[in-house]
Amino acid sequence: MAAAVMILLFVVLGIPILLVLWGIGIYNTLVQLRNQVENAWSQIDVQLKRRHDLIPNLVETAKGYMKHERETFEKITEARSRAMGAKNVAEAAKAESALSGALSQFLLVVENYPDLKANQNFLSLQEALTSTENKIAFARQAYNDQVLFYNNKIQMFPSNLVAGMFGFAKRDFFEIEQPAQREVPKVQF
Amino acid sequence: MWEQIRINKRNSVLLLAGMALFLLLLGFILGVALGGPEAGWVGMIVASAIWLILMLVSFTSGDQILLASSRAVPVNPDVHPQLFNIVEEMTIAASLPKMPKIYIINDPAPNAFATGRNPQTASVAVTAGLLARLNRDELQGVIAHEISHIVHRDILYVTLAGVMLGSIVLLSQVFLRGLYYSSIGGRRYSSGGRSRDGGAQAIFFILAIILSILAPLFAQIFYFALSRRREYLADAGAVRLTRYPEGLASALEKIANSSVSMQAANAVTAPMYIANPFRGRNAAHLFSTHPPIEERIRILRRMSQGVSYRDYEESYRAVTRRAGIIPPSAVKDEPIPPRSPSAPSTQTPAPTDSTQVNRQIGDLMRKVNGFIFLPCSCGITMKIPPNFPAPKAQCPRCGQIVAIRR
Repeated sequence: MAAAVMILLFVVLGIPILLVLWGIGIYNTLVQLRNQVENAWSQIDVQLKRRHDLIPNLVETAKGYMKHERETFEKITEARSRAMGAKNVAEAAKAESALSGALSQFLLVVENYPDLKANQNFLSLQEALTSTENKIAFARQAYNDQVLFYNNKIQMFPSNLVAGMFGFAKRDFFEIEQPAQREVPKVQF
Repeated sequence: MWEQIRINKRNSVLLLAGMALFLLLLGFILGVALGGPEAGWVGMIVASAIWLILMLVSFTSGDQILLASSRAVPVNPDVHPQLFNIVEEMTIAASLPKMPKIYIINDPAPNAFATGRNPQTASVAVTAGLLARLNRDELQGVIAHEISHIVHRDILYVTLAGVMLGSIVLLSQVFLRGLYYSSIGGRRYSSGGRSRDGGAQAIFFILAIILSILAPLFAQIFYFALSRRREYLADAGAVRLTRYPEGLASALEKIANSSVSMQAANAVTAPMYIANPFRGRNAAHLFSTHPPIEERIRILRRMSQGVSYRDYEESYRAVTRRAGIIPPSAVKDEPIPPRSPSAPSTQTPAPTDSTQVNRQIGDLMRKVNGFIFLPCSCGITMKIPPNFPAPKAQCPRCGQIVAIRR
């Protein structure tokens, strides 16, 4: 009789305890994933900031050599100041993609200036710029990977139960405006 | 890739357990042989102690041992800023918690490997020959391959296996030498203690035989650890990270075309490298651990549509006509288009003739070793060794005295 009561007691107390432990496990995983998403996002910010710091130096070094590219420089400087003064995320995203476009155009026209390409100082700036551009792209890529993983987790059973209980919200992907890909090519007859 | 990570973690545990069993057995046999049936326990206790030490060593400093035996030198960003940038890029792309430590190996053969216990303590080592030959996109491909090894946790298993194999090889060497010297000793002092010598000799003999039988066996396990599969998976991971299959493909091509054999690699460390470090006759035997490099290149070159795991899987099947290689859970429908190559101006033209390559390798190693590069106004650059005593140096061409900035 006493043994039966004990067993019943164990079951009645044990199942809720197991459930709570299981819930804690899932909760911790979700927190970890959310932190990874935040971390990936801040990584993008770090790289964008680094790019802003790099531009004045680069423009200053290249200007003397590239007299005919005033337009390119203006585009870069303007996009930079717009990106730095952006009030919200949408504005920032737009300005940053304009900046990316201007900088990649700049890296292409550099080809026409052999003197510039022989300048050691410029070469190291160019490497820094290339790398920062890559880091921005890779940070975005990593962020989107993390968001996909996190969103899947909070939508799938059974972790969606815990996610719903503690208000884990879905995150948005970081889409980039690529004017070249969005625009419909104009065909003239 | 979670499956691969799980497999690697399980294999690490199995390896340690297998090693423990092997040592316990050996200890028992030795104990019995030395001191009779009741001494078997003593042998096992000694064996456990050895196992514990071995495990502690390989966990705490296995990566350091492997790096040191490959003559890898830790470097700071000034030596090769581009290498550091690329490793940081790949760290970001793979969301690793920490950037791996970077080592350069003074070797003209192009090659690279990664080691460490986990992503927090990982290291990446590249040879000077690799840095001199590859352009930016190619170097990125190689680094991405190594970072994928870190992400897949191949490094822990490989490091543990490497240290274990190394110590077994070492032990069997010790016993073989012991056998050799005791036989010489036995001959020279044959007048006294003949029987005791004979006993010791017999034990050394047994040990040497056991170990020399088992060492190749363990070597085989180690080589299995670095099965072709890991290399293919790291290639697939690298492509997914860089979104640019051609970078890794053309890097592998350059590595395959190099005829230089690696001096800094040995039989134990060989399987760690991105490509087999040995050229020539013994390559065929070792190649069993590395997939044929031409096949890897063909798989990569076929991926023009996308760079996801699924695309690699399809390309792999088409090229090798074998069943799949990627764990099914990783094969998802994710349309990731490849990116275009970096702007030509960002690619330092890779030198083509060997004099140029050797010159670059020499300069790189001087930087690694702390030489000061002192430009003179007449256009040449003086390379001042770090232990140069004077504060100024005279230019050998124009005779100008230039102050050394330290």
